[in-house]
Amino acid sequence: MIPELGHFALVVALLVALVQASVPMWGAARNDMALMAVARPAAMLTAALVAFAFGCLAYAFVTSDFSVLNVAEHSYSTLPTRYKFAATWGSHEGSLLLWVLMLSGWACAVAIASRNLPEAFAARVLAVMGFIAAGFLMFLLFTSNPFARLLPAALEGSDLNPLLQDPGMVVHPPMLYMGYVGFSVAFAFAIAALIGGRLDASWARWSRPWTTLAWCFLTIGIALGSAWAYYTLGWGGWWFWDPVENASFMPWLVGTALIHSLAVTEKRGTFRSWTVLLAIVAFSLSLLGTFLVRSGVLTSVHAFATDPARGVYVLAFLVVVVGGSLALFAWRAGAVGGGASFAPLSRESMLLANNILLVVAMASVLLGTLYPLILDTFDAGKISVGPPYFQAVFVPAMAPLVFLMGLGPVAAWRKAELPALWIRVRWAFGVALVTALLLPLTLGSYRPLVAFALFLALWVATSTVAMVVQRLRGAPQRGLAAKLRANSAAWYGMLVAHVGIAVFIVGVTMVRSYEVERDVRMDIDQAVRVGDYDFTFRGVVPAPGPNYKALVGTIDVSRNGRLVRTLHPQKRVFDASGQTMTEAAIATRIRGDLYVSLGEPVAENGAWGVRVYIKPFVDWIWVGAFIMALGGFIAIGDRRYRIAVKARVAALAARAAA
Amino acid sequence: MRVTSLAGVIALGLVATVFALASSIAPAQTPADAALDARLKRLELTLRCLVCQNQTLADSDAPLAADLRREIRELAQGGKSDDDIRGFLTSRYGDFVLYDPPVQRNTFVLWFGPFALLVAGAAIWWRMGRRRARESQAADDGAAAARGRSLLES
Amino acid sequence: MKSAWRWSLPFLVFAALAVFLYTGLFRDPREVPSPLIGKPAPAFALRDLHEPGRTFGTTDMRGQVWLLNVWASWCESCRIEHPLLVDLARQKIVPIVGLDYKDKDDLGKKWLADRGNPYSVSIVDGDGRVGIDWGVYGVPETFVVDKEGIIRYKQIGPVNADVLAKTIVPLVRRLQQS
Repeated sequence: MIPELGHFALVVALLVALVQASVPMWGAARNDMALMAVARPAAMLTAALVAFAFGCLAYAFVTSDFSVLNVAEHSYSTLPTRYKFAATWGSHEGSLLLWVLMLSGWACAVAIASRNLPEAFAARVLAVMGFIAAGFLMFLLFTSNPFARLLPAALEGSDLNPLLQDPGMVVHPPMLYMGYVGFSVAFAFAIAALIGGRLDASWARWSRPWTTLAWCFLTIGIALGSAWAYYTLGWGGWWFWDPVENASFMPWLVGTALIHSLAVTEKRGTFRSWTVLLAIVAFSLSLLGTFLVRSGVLTSVHAFATDPARGVYVLAFLVVVVGGSLALFAWRAGAVGGGASFAPLSRESMLLANNILLVVAMASVLLGTLYPLILDTFDAGKISVGPPYFQAVFVPAMAPLVFLMGLGPVAAWRKAELPALWIRVRWAFGVALVTALLLPLTLGSYRPLVAFALFLALWVATSTVAMVVQRLRGAPQRGLAAKLRANSAAWYGMLVAHVGIAVFIVGVTMVRSYEVERDVRMDIDQAVRVGDYDFTFRGVVPAPGPNYKALVGTIDVSRNGRLVRTLHPQKRVFDASGQTMTEAAIATRIRGDLYVSLGEPVAENGAWGVRVYIKPFVDWIWVGAFIMALGGFIAIGDRRYRIAVKARVAALAARAAA
Repeated sequence: MRVTSLAGVIALGLVATVFALASSIAPAQTPADAALDARLKRLELTLRCLVCQNQTLADSDAPLAADLRREIRELAQGGKSDDDIRGFLTSRYGDFVLYDPPVQRNTFVLWFGPFALLVAGAAIWWRMGRRRARESQAADDGAAAARGRSLLES
Repeated sequence: MKSAWRWSLPFLVFAALAVFLYTGLFRDPREVPSPLIGKPAPAFALRDLHEPGRTFGTTDMRGQVWLLNVWASWCESCRIEHPLLVDLARQKIVPIVGLDYKDKDDLGKKWLADRGNPYSVSIVDGDGRVGIDWGVYGVPETFVVDKEGIIRYKQIGPVNADVLAKTIVPLVRRLQQS
C-alpha cells in the first residue's frame, strides 16, 4: 500500500509542479497578483509531495519490501540499516527521485526565503523551477517508476552493489545532488531576469548566496566522492577523470566562475550578460551530467543500467531546457548592456581572466570527455581520453589562475596601479618564492615542477596573510577585535576559500610527486621496506560480516624497529552477488597516509599479494576542499544577506501583528 | 532470485581464478626489478583496461589486465621499449587502449583545441580590457551616475 | 548583425553538442573495432582439446573460409550463442574452429558434451596468449577469416540470429565464391 501512496504522491506532485510552472508565469506576464501568488504554495506543496514519495520509497527499502522491484534489485535482508536507507538512491530510479527531492527542496527554500523579492520576479523563478521539476517528474513516472511492483514478491533481494555499501554512499550522493541541483536556483534567477528584463546589481545580490550555497555542497560532494574512491577502490587513486567525475567537475568549474562574476556584477554592474550565461551554463552542465550518467553514451564506473529510451527522454528535456534558455539568452542578452568600464589592470580585469581561464578549463574537460563520442559519430576511430590528457590540458589553464588569486583580491576596482600593487604583494611574493625554491631540497629529490606548484600554493597563502595584515593595519578602528569586525564575512569567506585552494595544491603536488607504491608478494612474517617504514605481513584470517564473509589481513607497520601501527585491510566476498570487494586499511597522519590493501592470495602457504603505498599529504586534498566549502559558508553569512533576511522577518512580524 | 548456494559456487570460482592469476604478481624483488616495476607502473597507468573499460591497466584486477601486465613485463624484459609495447597493444586492440591518445589526424582538435581556446581566451581578455579602457575615460561620469541609479532602484 | 551572431554562439555550440549526443545514444561505447580486420590472422599452433597430442594452426585452414569462435566454460554469455553455433554447424556452411580460452580442459570438454559440439576443431588457449594476439577482450568473440588467411570480420560478444543471418553468413558466402 505504501509504495502505491508514494507513486500517487508523485503523480499529484507532477500536476502541482505543472501548475507551479505555468500559472505564476502567466500571472507575471499579465501582472496578476493572484496568479503569481500561486507560486509559493505550489512550490511548497510539490516539495512536500516529493518528500512524502521519497519517504515511502525509503520505508520500502528500510523494511525490505521485496515486492517492490526496485527494492528487490538493490537491497538485501541482512544489509545494515544505514545502507538499506542509502540504497534508496542506489538505483537509477531512486537516485532520480533524490534528484527531484533536492530540486523541489531548493524551490521550497526559495519560496520561503524570497519574500523580499519583487512578486513578478519570484513568481518567474519558482515557475522555472517548477518546469524543471515537472520535466523530471515525468521522466520518473513515464520511464523510471521507482515504485514498480514485483509479482510475486522476491524472497530475497539481489543486494546493493558491494561498491556502494559504504558510509560514502550515505553522504556523497545527497551532497553532490544538493550542489548539482542547487545551481538550478541561479539558473532560474537568470531565466527570470532575462524574461523580466531586470538584470542589475540587485539581481546579482539575490543570486549570490544561493549560488555560493550550491557551490559549497558541490565542493563537499565531489570531495567526499574522491575520498570514498580513494579508500574503497584499493589502489589509492583519488581522481580518475572518469566521464562522470568530469560531469560533476564541469559545473563546479563554471560555478566557481559564476561566483566570481556575480561579485563583479553586484559590485560594479559589469559582466551582466556574461554572468547570466554562466548561470545558464552551470546548470546546463548539471543536466548534461545527468544525461551522461543515465544514457550510456559513455562508459563509466558510475553509469546506471542503460536504456536508450531514457537517454532520448533526458536528451529531449535537455534540448528544451538548455536550448530554450540559450535561445532566450541569444534573444535578450544583447539588450542587457555592458555596464561600467575598467582599466586593463584592475580587479575587474583579473576577475575576467579568472572567468576565461575557468571556462577554458571547463571546455577542455568537456572536449576530452566527449571527444571519443564525437570521433565515433564521424566513424573516425575509437580512442580513449584519460588522465594523461586531462592533466596536460588542465594544469596550463589553472596555473595562471592560481597565480592571479594572489593578485586579484589586492588589486583596486576599476583601475589598479602596478607600482602600488607590487608594494602590497612584494613580501608575500618573495617569501613564497624563496620558500618554494628551498622546500623541495628537504624532500629528497629536487623537482622544478614541485617547486613551481609549491610556489603557487605558498603564494596564495602568503598573499592572503599579507592582505589581512594590510587591511587590519589600515583600518581606522581601534583595537584588533574592532578592526576584525570592520570587514565583511564575504571577504573572510573569500580568504578562507583561497587558503583551501592552497592546501589542496600542496596535497596534490606532494602525493603526485612523492608517493611510493609497491605491489609485492608477501609470505607470512615477511617484511618489506617502503620509504622509512617496514611493513610486516602477519597473515590473513577469515571473519564474519553482516552480509559478507571477510578475509582480514594483519600488517604491522614499524619505523626504526618501533611498531607504529597495525593495519587490517580486508577482502570481502558478498553473500548475495559473490562479488569481491577490497577494503584498504589506512593510517592517516598529517604528513600523509600509510595505505595497505590486499591483492590476491598467491600460494597455499598463506602468502598474499599486497599493495603498500605511502601517500604523503594526501589528506590535504580533501581538507583543502572542505576549507573551500567552509569559506563559502562563511561568505553566505555576510551581513548584507542577513539584512535582507531581517527585513523579511520584520515584514512577516508586521504582517502577523496586523 | 539467486540462491545462497549459487553464491557459494561463484565465490569458489572466484577463488580459483584468483589462484590462477596469482602467478602474475611480482615476487620479492631486487633493485633492478624495482626500477622495471616503476617503469611498467608508469606505462600501465597510461593504458586502458579493455574489460573494465574505465580503469587503467595498472589498477585493474580483471584477469585480462593481469595477462596483459604479464605480457608487457615479458616484452620489457626482452628489451622492448615503451613505444614498442604501446605498438604491440595498439596493433591488437587499437588506439582505444591508450589513455594518452597519440597526436595524429583524428586527435588534432583534441590536443590543440584547449590551447586554441586558451589563446582565444587571452585575445578576448586583451580586447575587452582595451575596449573597456577606452570607454573608461569617456564614460566615467555616466557609468557612475548609472550605477547610482541602479542602486537607488534596488 | 555581428553582435546577434555573438549572442547566439552558445546556442549554436549547444545545438552541435546535442546532435552528437543524439547519435551517441545509438552507438555502443564498449565496442572496440578490431584493428586486425583486413590484416592476416595472427598465427598460432595450439593443442587440440580432445587429442592433446595433436596441434592445430592457422595454416591448416589455408584455402578455405572459416570462423574462429572464442569461448570458455566459465563464460555466461557463451551459453546464449552456443545453440546458434550448433545450428550453424549443422547446416555445414562454414567450418568453425573453437578456441577454448583460459579454461580447464575437463570443464571445456564437459561443456561441449552437454551442449553439443559445433566445432570442426577445438583448440586450447590455456594462458590467454593467443587471445591477446587476436585482440580478444570480451569472450565470446567470433572472427571470420578468408581463404588467404585475412581476418574479415569480428563479432564482439555473443552472435545472435540477426547478425548471423544478415552479416556473417552472407559474408562467408561471398568470401567462399571469390
